[in-house]
Amino acid sequence: MSALTLIVNGTEHRIDAPPEESLLSALRTRLNLTGTKYGCGEGECGACTVLIDGRPVRSCRRKLAEAAGKKITTIEGLEQDGKLHPVQAAFLAQDAFQCGYCTSGMIMFTTGLLNMNPHPSDEQIVSYMSGNLCRCGTYPRIVAAVKQAAQNMRKG
Amino acid sequence: MTTHVDNDLLLELKQHQVDAKLHWFELDRRDFLKVLGGGLLVGALVRPVEAQESGRGFGGHELPQELSAWLHISEEGQITVLTGKVEIGQNIRTSLAQQVAEELRVPMESIGMVMGDTKLTPWDAGTFGSRSTPTMAPQLRAAAATARELLLASAAAEWKVQPASLSTNDGKVTNPAGRESLSYGQIAKKLQQVKIVIAQAKLTPTADWKVAGKPAPKVDGRDFVTGKHQYPSDISRPGMLYGKVLRPAGFKATLVSVETSEAEKQAGVKVVRDGEFIGVTAPDAWSAEQAIAVVRAKWDVPEQPSNANLFEYLKSNLDTSRERSEQPVDLDAFKKALSSADAKLEQTYTVEYIAHCPLEPRAAVAEWDGDSLTVWTGTQRPFGVHDELVEAFRMPPDKVRVIMPAMGSGYGGKHSGECAIEAARLAKGAGKPVKVVWTREEELTWAYFRPAGVIEARSGVMRDGRIVAWEFHNYNSGSSGIATPYNIHQLNIQYHPVKSPLRQGSYRGLAATANHFVRESFMDELAHEVKMEPLQFRLKNLTDERLKAVLDAAADKFGWGKEKSTAERGFGIAGGYEKGSYVAACAEVAIDPKTRKVRIVRVAQAFECGAVVNPNGLRNQVEGAVVQGIGGALFEQVKFANGRILNAHFSEYRLPRLSDLPQIDVVLVDRKDLAAAGAGETPIMGIAPAVGNAIFAASGVRLRKLPMAPEGVVGA
Repeated sequence: MSALTLIVNGTEHRIDAPPEESLLSALRTRLNLTGTKYGCGEGECGACTVLIDGRPVRSCRRKLAEAAGKKITTIEGLEQDGKLHPVQAAFLAQDAFQCGYCTSGMIMFTTGLLNMNPHPSDEQIVSYMSGNLCRCGTYPRIVAAVKQAAQNMRKG
Repeated sequence: MTTHVDNDLLLELKQHQVDAKLHWFELDRRDFLKVLGGGLLVGALVRPVEAQESGRGFGGHELPQELSAWLHISEEGQITVLTGKVEIGQNIRTSLAQQVAEELRVPMESIGMVMGDTKLTPWDAGTFGSRSTPTMAPQLRAAAATARELLLASAAAEWKVQPASLSTNDGKVTNPAGRESLSYGQIAKKLQQVKIVIAQAKLTPTADWKVAGKPAPKVDGRDFVTGKHQYPSDISRPGMLYGKVLRPAGFKATLVSVETSEAEKQAGVKVVRDGEFIGVTAPDAWSAEQAIAVVRAKWDVPEQPSNANLFEYLKSNLDTSRERSEQPVDLDAFKKALSSADAKLEQTYTVEYIAHCPLEPRAAVAEWDGDSLTVWTGTQRPFGVHDELVEAFRMPPDKVRVIMPAMGSGYGGKHSGECAIEAARLAKGAGKPVKVVWTREEELTWAYFRPAGVIEARSGVMRDGRIVAWEFHNYNSGSSGIATPYNIHQLNIQYHPVKSPLRQGSYRGLAATANHFVRESFMDELAHEVKMEPLQFRLKNLTDERLKAVLDAAADKFGWGKEKSTAERGFGIAGGYEKGSYVAACAEVAIDPKTRKVRIVRVAQAFECGAVVNPNGLRNQVEGAVVQGIGGALFEQVKFANGRILNAHFSEYRLPRLSDLPQIDVVLVDRKDLAAAGAGETPIMGIAPAVGNAIFAASGVRLRKLPMAPEGVVGA
């Protein structure tokens, strides 16, 4: 165990945890931020996606030691003053979920994608988002939500 | 039709080994009232009987045994539905609320839904078999219509007018003549009544629906885009520990020796052992994982079948005690018809085991309070898990409560209570609440699979396209959807149960997917044999108007027959019905001439399930079923050898991804004149044969196996 500082959604947390523990495990079980989901533990499904310094990462594959001190954003940190982030609003408007378990990861990945590339082409959307699994098969609506989110964000 | 559906349900229940509820226990209404308070309480019955007036007040009186749901209107006018059905992404929280709102004439936002809590909701067999819409919904509608009648009658008595002269709107009863109104809460406060439903409550005709029948978004959608929704794996309790269970080295293994001392040395770790069950608890999930990893165990794993000899195994390991034939067969007449045919064809198809892969694996939090146990867990059968816990811990049934928060789906794969039992056993050992969440590897190994199967088809057809004899043998995969919808006089259709080498159970659509794949592929083979156009060949042998309607609708949307298949582009069609709903799919595939890589380019699917309750949710289900069906059609396969799963990771088990997504055009055929049927399963059944037929049309290669292209390629 060692003391680490995690900066999550703008708040600094001091936690006692082994540096090799996964960021996902610490978020969920030590900080009780359960919006970030476990799906596979090997970076294959994207349910655990969070942003580190604005870029989407698989929190199941990221060790605490690597995440400490960096700016981490989870699904809980997107909404501001009761107002949904444009990506959240787009997923809600498109009803782009069934069981919703993949949704946090989808939204975080989309947010990261649009941070890096505000004008993704259809091919880029498919190529980027194919790393995130939706077992319910809601992909048509997820594509529609990503496009709407891009529009929402351009409008500001 | 009712009998047909009832038989299906019995069959379905049998396949899940819950024929009927063995014991009925009086619901403790005190718990209930603590939650709900007084007011008007209407109970819905599994089978509506004469209305039972159970007297004024909430005093003690016998409840009927087959209560299926409660509808409560509080003194404040809060409307609560309590049903044992569960929400797993199929969206019944929304569609059931829509239908209750419709009958009560209130906005759907005003309906609270309590689902799948064994303490609060009446017993329910489980959420499977597409039963919520055809059975639970009418019961709830009847309860709601009865509540509305009671409210109207009470207000009419108060104002000394006829109930028919009053209107209900927005949670109020209004007397247009006297310009007076009473809220539902005010009337409920006065009524303080329990009423068990219902003989002849007048339901709102589907054609008059204003709330139901309209597209509605997921009622609690906001909680899913903000991460607020608490899935079973998100539940936390004060003082909770995290648990892990030691898994055997293979199926049917016996424990030879175990060394737990290294795990026990770790800070905060406790080892719990009960026979061959060995688990650990720790204050945090990470420590529990490290602790279980250092438990050293030796297992004896017996020799077992593998994929390599699976299909021979299935053919030679019949479970003859369970042999059943769909209908008595006159073999002489069958053989005579077959020999009279102009053309005969005989083929064998195979289906591999596949896994459900719900994105949320099994999870449970168990908490003991003295001799009472509460478990939050993800399951399609909270009452089934309740009974498993009662049995495992030899407890009085009323001491066990199972709560099922809307979970990260199931697809038929979460009927069982393993994880709940594990969490409860560890919690008992540790003396604190314990959470167990299965890893993906555990879920892909220790859950159960969709049955593998061998299916043999034989048929005789006349040159004009009439099928005169049809023989169909399904080994192991199951009997759902095994009957043919085509008009054939001589049938020999049989399901042969087998001693499955792997643990198997229900999967979205059960065996209807495998049976439709084979039937509709083989129909294509027959059409080719007599040189008929595949759609015309089907229509030639079909009189079922509903099936014809979806075939026409899909063909129309797709533009079927407008273009001819080429070596690089193929078109295929398939259809069928199951569980009261009808599906037809047209598919276009592209095959790369160099790499032989196959891609599904476009799918048009028509679906008809009677009156549509929520077109938005239904469209989502149908699209999703097509996508999920692509996995089983092309890629998915559980690889195993000697009691071990060889591809228990998402990096090795190929699931449909966004890059596999074809253009999907869905046609919903809305039959307002028919009762609403369930829609969670049947839409998955058309895609595999449509794709297989399209691959054949392009390449001339007939793929008689599921998955058809595990490596993504079609041989030349």
